Amino acid sequence: MGDLVIKNLTRGFVRDDGSVLYAIEGVSLTIHQEEFICVLGPSGCGKTTLLRMIAGLDLASTGDILLNGEQIKGPNPKVGIVFQEYSLFPWRSVIDNVAFGLEMRGVGRNKRYELAKPYLELVGLSQFAHSYPSELSGGMRQRVAVARALTIEPDILLMDEPFGALDAQTRNLLQKELLDIWQKTKKTIVFVTHSVDEAVFLADRLVVLTSRPGRVCEIIPIDLDRPRNRTSVEFAQVRRKVLDLIAQPKCSLQ
Amino acid sequence: MNIGSKTFSDKWLGVLAVIFTLLFWQAIATLVVKNPFILPSPVDVLNAFLNLLKSDTLLKDIGVSLIHFGIGLGAALIIGIPIGIVMGYYRGIDAFLDPIIEIIRPIPPLAWIPFAIIWFGLTDASAGFVIFIGAVFPILINTYSGFRGIPRVFVEAGKMLGCIRDRDLIRYIAFPSALPQIAAGIRIASGVGWMCLVAAELFGVSKYGLGQKLWHFYNLHQMDSVVVYMLLLGMIGLLFDWLFRYYIDHHFLRWRSGEVA
Repeated sequence: MGDLVIKNLTRGFVRDDGSVLYAIEGVSLTIHQEEFICVLGPSGCGKTTLLRMIAGLDLASTGDILLNGEQIKGPNPKVGIVFQEYSLFPWRSVIDNVAFGLEMRGVGRNKRYELAKPYLELVGLSQFAHSYPSELSGGMRQRVAVARALTIEPDILLMDEPFGALDAQTRNLLQKELLDIWQKTKKTIVFVTHSVDEAVFLADRLVVLTSRPGRVCEIIPIDLDRPRNRTSVEFAQVRRKVLDLIAQPKCSLQ
Repeated sequence: MNIGSKTFSDKWLGVLAVIFTLLFWQAIATLVVKNPFILPSPVDVLNAFLNLLKSDTLLKDIGVSLIHFGIGLGAALIIGIPIGIVMGYYRGIDAFLDPIIEIIRPIPPLAWIPFAIIWFGLTDASAGFVIFIGAVFPILINTYSGFRGIPRVFVEAGKMLGCIRDRDLIRYIAFPSALPQIAAGIRIASGVGWMCLVAAELFGVSKYGLGQKLWHFYNLHQMDSVVVYMLLLGMIGLLFDWLFRYYIDHHFLRWRSGEVA
């Protein structure tokens, strides 16, 4: 489970003067089960809008998004999301954040703690179960956010520049951890980023969007073996290839 | 090195200031004014306090005032928080109620005293009503703006985790998120409500009460007793504020302890 088919997706926003601004136009994309997709593009290219539509938080103007053959009509438990900004509920302890989705399903306290703990373990934060988010570092908060999204066992995990606010070292570490988690949990992941380095390190395939309106400019398979070495010659070659591709007139800013 | 906490000598400076003020007050009262009706001295006040203690009225006064205050603040909580919630959560209700509230809100609570008497008579509820008017708006407004200021990402994160219905979003996301601001509103409200107390008890709703006694002794020209009640009102108000802050911070807002707020 976790096949995502996006067909001819368009999202326009009506401006005050009545004209329509297209954030996403004619995007078609098929994402396979257990695939790690990175969506790459400059700021304001509509990649967050695309992700929000997959999440069901925003609705398409035209076009379809099918998850396992079913239309996405609104927020649904088959889709998990990790936001760019810190989204943990600050009034809840770490374990109560992670178990929140289960609580909404009516799972009893002991049972949901029991179910949530393995996910907290997965992100290496078991000993912080009873801490509050304000007591955690940025990297730890995003780890908890990943655990919280996974606890409801979605088929697909969406990540909107989740490591964007972290320092470079923490960021690299979390990228590695995310790949471990991905390999253990077998989720389909759609990861939005503007960092070529991050995208090349993580993705099976890289979807490059153009800016205003966001269209698919290029889909680049990354054939490097994992674990990938950022400093290797091959990695540098792929990075250069990607950078060259996105520098083409058809992909770059208009 | 200054680490922001009060040092030993700072505390003694505070005590010294109180002693100094008392001595100065005593000196002015006995050497300059020489009229305890215009300015009772600290010794006069202390004597009045001891007499009042003997007459057993102080506790009754405090009790009755707490009843008035409790009625007013309780009603303000019961009415202010739900209205603030629905106004903050539903735009339509906000647009509908906002003009009404903005017209009523600037009316000073004491201007309601005539209607308090007409509607509730000379009862505890009447004093409670005046306190209610003073206390309800800070609670309502803070609840409202707390709900308005909820970060969108909390609501969306909640929705993605299955918290979809309005009722659940209010209970699990919006209310806890707005709680610090609601608590701040209640604290302001308790201060305003306490200030309304003296006036609310002025028109004789009860035989006891801190505000009632203040006017009673004024009419008897016992200004030393008036000062006793003034100081009691101040100290109990301060005590409320401390208790409230301590209770809220330790029981409801523990999660904020790590933040600069």
